[in-house]
Amino acid sequence: MPDEIELRLLIEAIYLRYSYDFRDYAGASLKRRVRQAQAQLDCPTISALQERILHDPKAFMQLLQFLTIPVSEMFRDPGYFLALRQQVVPLLHTYPSLKVWVAGCSTGEEVYSLAILLREEGLLERTMIYATDINPHSLEKAEQGIFALDHIRTYTENYQRSGGKRAFSDYYTAAYDRALFDKTLRDNVTFADHSLATDSVFAETQLISCRNVLIYFNRGLQDRALGLFHESLCHRGFLGLGSKESLDFSGYARQFEALVRQERIFRKR
Amino acid sequence: MSRQPQIRLRGRSRAPLEAILVGASAGGVEALMNLFDGLPADFRLPVVCMLHMPESGDNLLVELLARRVGLAVKEAEDKERLRGGVLYVAPAGYHLSIEMDRSFSLSREEPRHFSRPSIDILFESAADAYGAGAAGALLTGANEDGAAGLLAIARAGGLTLVQTPSDAQVRTMPEAALALLQPDFLLPIDAMRTLLAELDAPLC
Ligand SMILES: C[S@@+](CC[C@H](N)C(=O)[O-])C[C@H]1O[C@@H](n2cnc3c(N)ncnc32)[C@H](O)[C@@H]1O
Repeated sequence: MPDEIELRLLIEAIYLRYSYDFRDYAGASLKRRVRQAQAQLDCPTISALQERILHDPKAFMQLLQFLTIPVSEMFRDPGYFLALRQQVVPLLHTYPSLKVWVAGCSTGEEVYSLAILLREEGLLERTMIYATDINPHSLEKAEQGIFALDHIRTYTENYQRSGGKRAFSDYYTAAYDRALFDKTLRDNVTFADHSLATDSVFAETQLISCRNVLIYFNRGLQDRALGLFHESLCHRGFLGLGSKESLDFSGYARQFEALVRQERIFRKR
Repeated sequence: MSRQPQIRLRGRSRAPLEAILVGASAGGVEALMNLFDGLPADFRLPVVCMLHMPESGDNLLVELLARRVGLAVKEAEDKERLRGGVLYVAPAGYHLSIEMDRSFSLSREEPRHFSRPSIDILFESAADAYGAGAAGALLTGANEDGAAGLLAIARAGGLTLVQTPSDAQVRTMPEAALALLQPDFLLPIDAMRTLLAELDAPLC
């Protein structure tokens, strides 16, 4: 298949030229996203796209937006946040200080959701949140904490269903079509460029939330990322995954136990 | 088991099948229940079915089907390898693909034809992974998802099945497929059920 060859060459070229490593991503979805980028960038073949991005960093940045799936939602899967609140927070209270890692934080919705939850539970002041991603545009957006107002209704519902204790509108100011989130929510947040594919552990953490990122990896890369999490988490630390992600098909099934299986919250053995 | 004459494909011998993929939308619960009714426990091939449904909400289809069929029924999971003799149901809210190593992967890309999961995505990835070893069936439904995917299966040399529009509760989906390709089999559900059993017998 010529396009399989072209796809591999493109991924290799991206790695050599820009050091982004997509070589161990799940192939089917990667291929579809390359196809979409190809259409958007008006390239008749994947090879043409390769030539374009090799010589044009701006075009690569456009391609990166397709490759990284920068979509998120606040309090996505409210049951997950409810379970964190009810079953993880009481245990987090036993630590004098906390480090939380949101891996693959995208545009920040998950980070602000966690910050709100931790504030309501009286933990935010003693928590340091590391929010990491490989997409610089997403990280920049995350740092701004400005989200489209059209989504606020869904987010409000999600927030309420996640056990939210206040009015969701306490946390943002509406301006035109935007909602500007309370700056103090990110006082203890560090946004940083970090790749689960190429970088190593940077801190000891008590809770890691990595949602809807591992599904884009193949098994080998999934295991690499889980290895980082296992290394970073303290003894009996917590790991939260996306609603359809599991450890069952990874090499780490035995290193973690399910704390809330339904919500994919695990605890290091 | 003797091979029935109607499953010989225009006299050609074909590559052995590796998986059966079935997509349906409106009217699909009933159609799938009928299609898989009595599917035996010793069915050899993996079967994957995808039904359009709301993004949240529990996957009741697994339970419904489990009561009807002899073989194991479960929701398809990310990175799970496809196994023969299992009927997999696509989860809601995620696209489901089959990878080259014959494992499932999930993703949250944009919906296609307003659907996530999208049948096109499942079928196209199956065509890539299995080539001529894929069999795709498109049943009743009120949109055009799946037609392009079925065409991809046909182009990869796989086997294509379409429910006869007059037999479908909603004919839009099978008709969309017929507008794109001439399937190997155009059948009502009852005949398709018989065919499934025959397809499972090793072909030469
Ligand atoms: C679909 S978003 C998930 C956002 C958020 N966690 C959520 O569940 O709503 C996937 C994110 O993973 C990031 N990502 C992809 N590959 C990565 C890698 N190797 N290391 C870290 N983040 C990665 C993407 O840039 C993207 O922002």
